[in-house]
Amino acid sequence: MIDKLNKAFDNRIRLGIMSVLMVNEDVNFNFLKEMLTITDGNLASHLKPLEEQKYIKITKGFLGKKTNTTYSITKIGEKAFREHIAALEEMLKGIS
Amino acid sequence: MSSHPAEPIQQLHDIKQMMERSSRFISLSGWSGIVAGVCALIGAYLAHQKISNYYLHDYATNSASPNDLYLSLLYIAIAVFVCAFISAFLFTYFQSKKKQVLIWGKSAQRLMWNTALPIAIGGLFILKLMDENLYTFVAPACLIFYGLGLVNGSKYTLGEVRYLGYGMLVLGYINLYSPGYGLLFWTLGFGVLHIVYGIAMWWKYERN
Repeated sequence: MIDKLNKAFDNRIRLGIMSVLMVNEDVNFNFLKEMLTITDGNLASHLKPLEEQKYIKITKGFLGKKTNTTYSITKIGEKAFREHIAALEEMLKGIS
Repeated sequence: MSSHPAEPIQQLHDIKQMMERSSRFISLSGWSGIVAGVCALIGAYLAHQKISNYYLHDYATNSASPNDLYLSLLYIAIAVFVCAFISAFLFTYFQSKKKQVLIWGKSAQRLMWNTALPIAIGGLFILKLMDENLYTFVAPACLIFYGLGLVNGSKYTLGEVRYLGYGMLVLGYINLYSPGYGLLFWTLGFGVLHIVYGIAMWWKYERN
């Protein structure tokens, strides 16, 4: 049962990132930072593996003259996250 | 925040909390819907009184002044909008205090922009309709543009707002083909649908 749990979400911050992206389209870096209350470096280090696994998509754009990088969840990421939640719920059922 | 993988129950709790905190920034209360609906019903009743008085007493007499009727209907419409807006704001304000979230966060701004744009354009469109004396299409246009605003904005708030929007769109569309029943459809949409939606949302999210 445990091996159904996704290793990529084996961390509260990555879990938080995915949760935010599940319900928000195109979120920028500062919004994520504000939501998760963590430092830039910490957030960046957790975004990277999620991007490498193609769970999230990074879009670089402009907001006026400033660069505005936004993050959104991919189809693969959404599926993986749903499966992770299902596995968690499954585990709970096993316990009770 | 520790990076330890938490217990399943804790993980699920974190996920839920994070989703709620990030998306339902604006905590639309079911009460807003109910009160907006009641405002609309009162407004529709007053408008109905004005219109029937006009046709009973003034119509085709010397004192008949369609402009006065239009003006009083416009005042009623503005009063309904202001009352509904203020009450919606107040309930949302209290709700966000209770849930300890920002009322003017990023998702609130996106919600406002995405909802207000179709509605504002609809308002301009309706002014032109009135200018051209096409009163038959005022109520359907109100319902359709408002419905579009709701469907568009629903991505940024409680998803159920979408269904309220669909309801408005359906009523607006039917009303296009039933001229003369504008006030009735307007009342069904802005009054009854709002109240039904408000009660459903209150039942689902705020009952406890």
